[in-house]
Amino acid sequence: MPRRTSPKRPTASVTATVCFADPKRILMVQVIWDGLFVGSFYALIALGYSMVYGIIKLLNFAHGDIYMLGAFIGFAALTSLGGIPATLSIGALLVVMLLSMVLTGGAGVLIERFAYRPLRGAPRLAVLITAVGVSFSLEYGIAAIAGPNPRAFPIRLEGNVFNIIGARISLPQIILILIAGVLMILLNFYVQKTSTGRAMRSISLDRNASLLMGINVNQVISRTFFIGSALAGAAGVMAGAYYGKIDFLMGFIIGLKAFTAAVIGGIGNIKGAMLGGLVLGFVEAFGSEWFGGQWRDVFAFAVLILFLTLRPTGILGERVTERV
Amino acid sequence: MAMLEFDNVEVFYGKVQALRGISLRVDEGEIVALLGNNGAGKTTTLSTASALVKAHSGKIAFNGADISKAQPWNVVGAGLIHVPEGRRIFSTLTVLENLQLGGYLVKDRSVVAKRIEHVYELLPLLAERRAQQGGTLSGGEQQMLAIGRGLIAGPKMLMLDEPSMGLAPLIVAQVMQVISEIRDQGTTVLLVEQNARAALKVTDRAYVIEDGVTTMEGKADDLLADPRIIDAYLGA
Repeated sequence: MPRRTSPKRPTASVTATVCFADPKRILMVQVIWDGLFVGSFYALIALGYSMVYGIIKLLNFAHGDIYMLGAFIGFAALTSLGGIPATLSIGALLVVMLLSMVLTGGAGVLIERFAYRPLRGAPRLAVLITAVGVSFSLEYGIAAIAGPNPRAFPIRLEGNVFNIIGARISLPQIILILIAGVLMILLNFYVQKTSTGRAMRSISLDRNASLLMGINVNQVISRTFFIGSALAGAAGVMAGAYYGKIDFLMGFIIGLKAFTAAVIGGIGNIKGAMLGGLVLGFVEAFGSEWFGGQWRDVFAFAVLILFLTLRPTGILGERVTERV
Repeated sequence: MAMLEFDNVEVFYGKVQALRGISLRVDEGEIVALLGNNGAGKTTTLSTASALVKAHSGKIAFNGADISKAQPWNVVGAGLIHVPEGRRIFSTLTVLENLQLGGYLVKDRSVVAKRIEHVYELLPLLAERRAQQGGTLSGGEQQMLAIGRGLIAGPKMLMLDEPSMGLAPLIVAQVMQVISEIRDQGTTVLLVEQNARAALKVTDRAYVIEDGVTTMEGKADDLLADPRIIDAYLGA
C-alpha cells in the first residue's frame, strides 16, 4: 500500500523550490491568456443564445450562423471599400464592425418576425426545428452568394507582440478583448438599468404579468433579437480580422460552443453567459495544453454533458429564494 | 358615466365556453365586486377586459372606447389596470424594480418616481423592503406590492383579482382597507372575490357570476341581507 505514495513526496518539494524558473509556470500564464481570449469570443456569442432563451425559451440554433453572417458582411463591406492603408485598420475595423452589428441585428429581428413569431404558442420542438432550418438557410444562402470556398478577410490585425510575465500577448488580442469587454459592460448596463432591460427580465420571468404592465412584448422580443444578433455579428467581424479566413460553416462549431458556454453559466442568465464563455475558454485552453490540441472540442462538449446531467441550471442559474 | 361596460361578451377556451354573454357596468368612482365560485368566469372576465383573452363576441367599452380588439398594452395605456390573481410578482426583481415596471408606459420618469413615493406612503412596508427581491416577501406583502405596482401606472380604474387569496384574516382586513383608500383617492375599482363577506364590506355594488353569466346584481348592503347570497356565498 504505501509503495504508491512514497516516491512522489520528494519530487513535489523539489518542484516547489524551483517554481519561478520553471518554464511550466510561464506556460501557465500563456494558457490563461489564451483561455481568456477565446473565452471572451464565446461569451459574446453565448449572450445572444442566453438572452433569446431567457425571453422566449427558444434555443436559437441559427445564432452561430448570425456570427458567420456578421463575418461575411464585414468581408463585403471591406472589399467594397477597396484598399485600406494598414495604419487605418483598427478604425476601419470598428466602422465595419458597427455596420455589421446593425445589419446582423436587423437580420435577427427579421428572422424572429417571420420564422419564430408565427410559431409562438406552437410546441417548442416545432420552433426548435425551425431554428435548425433557419440555420441551414443562412449557411447555404451565404454559400450560394459568396461561394463555398473559404475567403481571405481583407484586413488582418497585426501588431506588436508583448512579453508579459512570459506569455506572448499580441496587440490585436488586447484590442479585441477590450472591444468584447466594452460591449458586455454596455449590455449589462442596458439590461440592469434601463426600462427595456427591466422589461426583458420581467418577460423572461412571467410574460402575461409583463403584458399587464403595459409592456409591448413583441417589441421587447425584437430588441432582444437585435442586441443578441448584433453581438454575434461583432464577434464575426472580430474573428474574421483575427484569424484572417472565413467560410460559410464557420458558425456551426462556435454556435455549439456558445451554447455550451450559455449552459455552463446558466442559460437565460446574462452574467452566466459571460462567465460560462470564460470558463469554457479556460477549460479548452487547459485541456489542449495538458492533453493536446486535438482534444479541445472533446473537452468543451464533455463539459456540456457534465453540466446537463449534474447541474442543468448552470453555475449562476436559478438562485431564487422564494416564499409562497 | 360608465367607465367599464361589458355588453353580452362571450369567451371560448378552445371549445369550452367560459363566458356566456356577460353584461355589466362599472361607473366612475364606484367600487364594484364580482362574486362567484371557482370556475364561474370571474378571472376570465378581468382577463378579457385587459385583452389577455380575446372576446369571441360582444363588446367591451372603457371610457366610451371599444377595447374588445385592443392589445394588452393599449388597455394599460388607456388607464385600465389589472392586478392579477396570485399576485404575479417578478420574483427575482427587487421591490423597486417591480414598482418601476408598473410605470413602464409612463414616459416621464419624475412622474414614476413621485408615484413610487406615494405608494411608499400608502404602503410603508414596501419602502422598507425596496431593495429586496420580490419573491422573498410574505404573501401579504406581495399582495401589497402587486397593488402598489398597479397604482404606478396612474390607473383610472383598477381591477383586482382575488387580493385576499391565501391571506390571514387580519391581512385581508388591511388589504381591503388599502382598496377603499385607493377608491377614496379617486380610482374606480372592480374587485373579484371569493371572500364575499370581506368584499361586500368595502364595495358599493356587486354582481354575482355563475357559469359564465351574471345572475344577480345589487347594492352591497342589499346583497349582504339577501338569503340567496347568504346561503351560497356567506355561509350561515
